[in-house]
Amino acid sequence: MTAGQELAAVQPPAGPAAGLADAPRPAGRALLGAFAENRVAVAGLVLLVALVLFCFIGPHLYSTDQVHANLATANLAPGSPGHPLGTDNLGFDELGRLMAGGQASLEVGIAAALFATIFGALWGAVAAVAGGVVDALMMRIVDALSSIPSLFFLIFLAHVLSFSVPMLIIVIGYVAWLGPARLVRGEALTTISRDFVQAVKMMGGRTPRMVIRHVIPNAIGTMAVNATFQVADAILVVAALGYLGIGVPPPAADWGTMLSSGISFAEAGYWWMIFCPGLAIVLTVVAFNFIGDGLRDAFSVRARTR
Amino acid sequence: MQRYILHRLLQAVVVLFLVSLVVFVMLHVLPGGAGRAILGKSATPLQVAQFDHRMGYDRPIPVQYWTWLTQVLRGDLGFSYKLNQPVSAVLGQALPKTALLTAISIAVALLIAIPLGLLQAVRRNKPADHIGTGVAFVLYATPTFFLALALVLIFGVDLRLLPAEAPQTNSIPAILGSFQGMILPVASLALGMVALFSRYLRSSILDNLAEDWVRTARAKGLPPRRILVRHVLRNSLTSMVTLLGLSVPWVLAGSVIVEQVFNYPGMGLLFWNEAQVNDFPVELAVVLVVGVATVAGNLLADIGYALLDPRVRYGRS
Repeated sequence: MTAGQELAAVQPPAGPAAGLADAPRPAGRALLGAFAENRVAVAGLVLLVALVLFCFIGPHLYSTDQVHANLATANLAPGSPGHPLGTDNLGFDELGRLMAGGQASLEVGIAAALFATIFGALWGAVAAVAGGVVDALMMRIVDALSSIPSLFFLIFLAHVLSFSVPMLIIVIGYVAWLGPARLVRGEALTTISRDFVQAVKMMGGRTPRMVIRHVIPNAIGTMAVNATFQVADAILVVAALGYLGIGVPPPAADWGTMLSSGISFAEAGYWWMIFCPGLAIVLTVVAFNFIGDGLRDAFSVRARTR
Repeated sequence: MQRYILHRLLQAVVVLFLVSLVVFVMLHVLPGGAGRAILGKSATPLQVAQFDHRMGYDRPIPVQYWTWLTQVLRGDLGFSYKLNQPVSAVLGQALPKTALLTAISIAVALLIAIPLGLLQAVRRNKPADHIGTGVAFVLYATPTFFLALALVLIFGVDLRLLPAEAPQTNSIPAILGSFQGMILPVASLALGMVALFSRYLRSSILDNLAEDWVRTARAKGLPPRRILVRHVLRNSLTSMVTLLGLSVPWVLAGSVIVEQVFNYPGMGLLFWNEAQVNDFPVELAVVLVVGVATVAGNLLADIGYALLDPRVRYGRS
């Protein structure tokens, strides 16, 4: 379990949604209602939408050349004509680069989180359904892999492999699937012990059907909440990789790589090269954590109304 | 109780075995084999073959694993060709410094997080709580390297208040003597932990406050402060033991970044530097040490919690 889920898991359910319990509503609408009443979650969603618009629509309104370096305009301070946030050490416009870098960071983060959640969920569900020695062995593998902090693993890998974007997604997903595996196994064990699943079993329902039709759907809430926190964590990992010099390969950029290339100029006082991408990372991660928080509260409301 | 501890110990042994297997496999998935990776690109195939033979890398994998495992169990972690020293000697130098840095950071984090969590729980949904929550979320979302760099830029470069580099010395007393250089590294590592610990403590105190025994204590007429400190806080701190144990891998990963930013000569910097030059014996030894520390942390968390909380003890034995 990563620190993010740890942080998330320990927060108590928020109060505002409690009043929904008396009025039975369709599950989906109750979910939306509970989410909408959580002001923090809505703030997170608004922030995320703004960030997505900035990164994906922004370049159409504010177009810059992010492929050809231009040393004649390097290291310009924010507020220079034509460069509201200045330029970096290669002369790329900082604002435009934030947009381009954000695309990479968001895409890799979201894809890796999805990959990790799906793979982890299947692993956990299979372990729970199989039970016995298979379960014990599968979970000890999870324990062993999570005993090696992903950063060490990634630094090691970085000098053995060369990273491309699909490779990044697989590698980050690979270090992130352990949390979902544990969570879904726990959920699955609860589901399996319930009467309706036992009934399916007695009627001769086959195991794959049980996993796909009962175990996974019952864990969807947990998975959705977890996936949101996974995205936040994955974006932090992308940033860390970029910082370590093994992020999205050039000429593309990501926020971590941008920050990393700004470090050489820290002494020169070129603060915008560090603070702009840094703040972008922080805002994105905060947005996803807020949304995850709201989703968790919304799902626990649904569990209460059922 | 004994059965529970025995069961957990057994699990830990299995996990350790798997960790060692993972580390070993890592060495053997190196492109071109371990010999090529250690000798570098300019070695001739003959040299690589001779090296592989001398090191036993041409023997069957299970045999190699057994040899390696028995060596590691005897404390022989191999030889670093880049540093021309036994790996255990290199690690012996670096490990105490990382232990010092992380221990100070955890202590500082607890000193800030415990009062903060308590304050937030007592002032639940009041401005102080909201500010605490906001700060925790931002701190949690801030990558360690960004936090460290921001601190360096502000306190080291702009204000010139604190050194931007950790003490560059090999002796621990000398590091403690020039503690000014330790302020920024410790702050970088501790602030993220403050976010984690204070959030955990806040919700744990709130959970405990809702328990029946708190109502009983109130009904008995105990002063609220006494209930909070002697009963609720004590209970919540017990569960923090688990969190501390579980945060071992997180803290060690953070120390890699912090040591690299501040050039602090601990295990994290060693790992980073040796990764740059493909010094695999050192890299694998560090990964192994970190893996063992993580397993030990988890084990101590579980056993410590069982020892401190009678409910776990009687529930499971």
